[in-house]
Amino acid sequence: MQTPKTRRFRLASSALLALTLATTAAACGGGDDDSSGSSADGVTTITVATFNEFGYEGLIDEWNESHDDIKVEQVKVGTWDDAKANLYTKLAAGSGLSDIEAIEGDAMPAILAEEGAFEDLTDEELDGRWLPWVEEKTLNADGQMIGYATDIGPEGICYRADLFKKAGLPTDREEVAGLMETWDDYFALGEEFVKKVPDTAWYDSSGGLAQAMLNQVENPFESDDNTVEVENAELEAVWADVTGNIDKGLSTTLPQWSDDWTASFQNDGFATMACPGWMLGVVEGNAEGVEGWDIANVFPGGGGNWGGSFLTVPSQGDNIEEAKEVAAWLTAPEQQVKAFAAKGTFPSQVEALESDEVTSATNAFFNDAPTGEILAERAQAVTVQPYKGPKYSDILQAFQAAVLRVDDGSQDAAESWDQFLTDVEALG
Amino acid sequence: MSNSTASRGGGTQTVPPTREGSPTASGPAGRAPRPEWRQRLTRLDVRLSPYLYISPFFLLFLVVGMFPLAYTAWVSVHEWSLIGGKGEFVGLDNFREVLGNPYFTKQLVNTISIFLLSSVPQIVIAVVLAALLDNQLRGRTFWRMSILLPFVVSPVAIAIIFGSLYGDRYGLINELLGHVGIDPIGWHTERFASHVAVATMVNWRWTGYNALILLAAMQAVPRELYESAAIDGAGRVRQFASITLPMIRPTMIFVVITSTIGGLQIFAEPRLFDETNARNGGSDRQFGTITMLIYDFGWQLRDLGRASATAWLLFVVICVFGIANFLLIRRVGALGGER
Repeated sequence: MQTPKTRRFRLASSALLALTLATTAAACGGGDDDSSGSSADGVTTITVATFNEFGYEGLIDEWNESHDDIKVEQVKVGTWDDAKANLYTKLAAGSGLSDIEAIEGDAMPAILAEEGAFEDLTDEELDGRWLPWVEEKTLNADGQMIGYATDIGPEGICYRADLFKKAGLPTDREEVAGLMETWDDYFALGEEFVKKVPDTAWYDSSGGLAQAMLNQVENPFESDDNTVEVENAELEAVWADVTGNIDKGLSTTLPQWSDDWTASFQNDGFATMACPGWMLGVVEGNAEGVEGWDIANVFPGGGGNWGGSFLTVPSQGDNIEEAKEVAAWLTAPEQQVKAFAAKGTFPSQVEALESDEVTSATNAFFNDAPTGEILAERAQAVTVQPYKGPKYSDILQAFQAAVLRVDDGSQDAAESWDQFLTDVEALG
Repeated sequence: MSNSTASRGGGTQTVPPTREGSPTASGPAGRAPRPEWRQRLTRLDVRLSPYLYISPFFLLFLVVGMFPLAYTAWVSVHEWSLIGGKGEFVGLDNFREVLGNPYFTKQLVNTISIFLLSSVPQIVIAVVLAALLDNQLRGRTFWRMSILLPFVVSPVAIAIIFGSLYGDRYGLINELLGHVGIDPIGWHTERFASHVAVATMVNWRWTGYNALILLAAMQAVPRELYESAAIDGAGRVRQFASITLPMIRPTMIFVVITSTIGGLQIFAEPRLFDETNARNGGSDRQFGTITMLIYDFGWQLRDLGRASATAWLLFVVICVFGIANFLLIRRVGALGGER
């Protein structure tokens, strides 16, 4: 029965099967290898986990060229939410985290509450490196510094001058700035715009707008003693504005960071968006080849700070001293200035803010706008630092989902709000 | 162990009488206590050895299968935080909370709907594919191997490709539908549409794999049966219904049970298909599944107690479906046999 031919077939198929299994096994195992460790030749590898765009690529090359004993590798993921899921899973597992983990600003209070999971990075030499209100966000209840601040997110308004022209609106960035001092002005201008250019929305996503508005509220979700209080007038006002604009066609109604959202940069999907410094790099990447982007030195309703991140060193790592050294180096003023030049992440370091490279910086993609000067002024316009407790990040996630339910029409605003309240309760 | 292994061959072939040439036989007065002891050993050996040989699997299963199952049950009756660890004993509170949670009911329905949309077409197509491949085709090996190709591709890559096909606004499928005058479909927002989209991803990956297993079963069917059926005047379809289907029944049961288990545990595809920040399966959990709820409880709300309770409920659901499917497929196969 068994001819040489069938035997060969079986051999071939079993070889193929083995190959399949090997590749799937490799695919499963990939990703969490080499998270730390020093190889035999005495070179320590330090991994740095980041999300979005930190502008570290050039810096890491620079470090690796000048250091033989410590090599730095970057682990990049798309969004903070993915990074957060990974962070908590591996925190619970007790292993697998990178030597340095970047934390998004809104999640920092929750990280500070994790006792013993992150190293105390306090270093007298670094006294006064950061803006005082930024430094405050890195201190836990015992006064230990848990993270080194990278950037801050002072917000301006990015806009498409070409689409403004199409709608008969002024295109000059100073004139545009004069038109959107308050949220009401901004929304009114948007209604005018969508009447003229019906296929294009006014802003990129309801979620993005919600973030921008929340960052102007003193106690968006929690009171100063960390009690959850989401039924407050200010939050309800933000909710009413964000969901009320959907029917007027002002929002793209796309989830921020989704494929469709990314594609909308290439399809004239919207005309304006709230732009913290670090968003400039994101816009430039997504809108590659699109001409007409500019940034106005204004933010409706006063200034606002959105995000800004921190580098932390998880205690589970094997090379804590080296990781501290690398984190301190990456967040030093000289380095942050270069990251700003690369991806627009606006420095949180006092010395960097005063440096010529930052104050005189321009951005070719944004029609040569003086981004250094604009963002510096935007930072000064920030008057409110919202109180964010340990639950902030989780509640924000539920809030964003609630906004999206109205966006995609699966619920009306009232139903969605009720579900948001239930979701918040379930956070326990 | 090694002693009993060595004696086994001899023992099974000529069981009761002691062999003359046996080196341990102590002479003509062979009915001494020793051989009897040996006999008893042999008999014991015959009875017990098979179990000893398969025991490593069961011991391993006890450690990696039963232990987690029991431990999950232990966790599910406590307050248990992801990072803080064990808290108070709360009895069945976690179960009550989960059963009372509207997301549980919704995600259970989603899971079953996605499971039906994926498993049913998947097995039907796999059977047809296998039957087609069971013919004398040119380049058989090539065809047989290429249907396994989607299985080799990682789910992440599949999700990226299908994600851009099923984009709500700028996706390829909606664009094509637009050309023939059909309104765009909300693949990520409409409940049923999203189930179809997720099920397509699952089918794409698993149909070929199941077809190959069924093909193996079909090849084991004796060709003589087909020859005599052909002589009796049975056509291809009749042969397929009356010979192939009943003959591959045991494999069918295997395929149905494994795809039931896999289908009810679906996680990677819907999670990667989701584009909202929370990744709970759409803004209103339109395509959130039970395993995604477990993940949400355990890792996003950091409550392992509720996560474990949900995992146990899922285990029960899978058992129910598994048994139901087993009974169903046995009946279907039996009917085919009687025809």
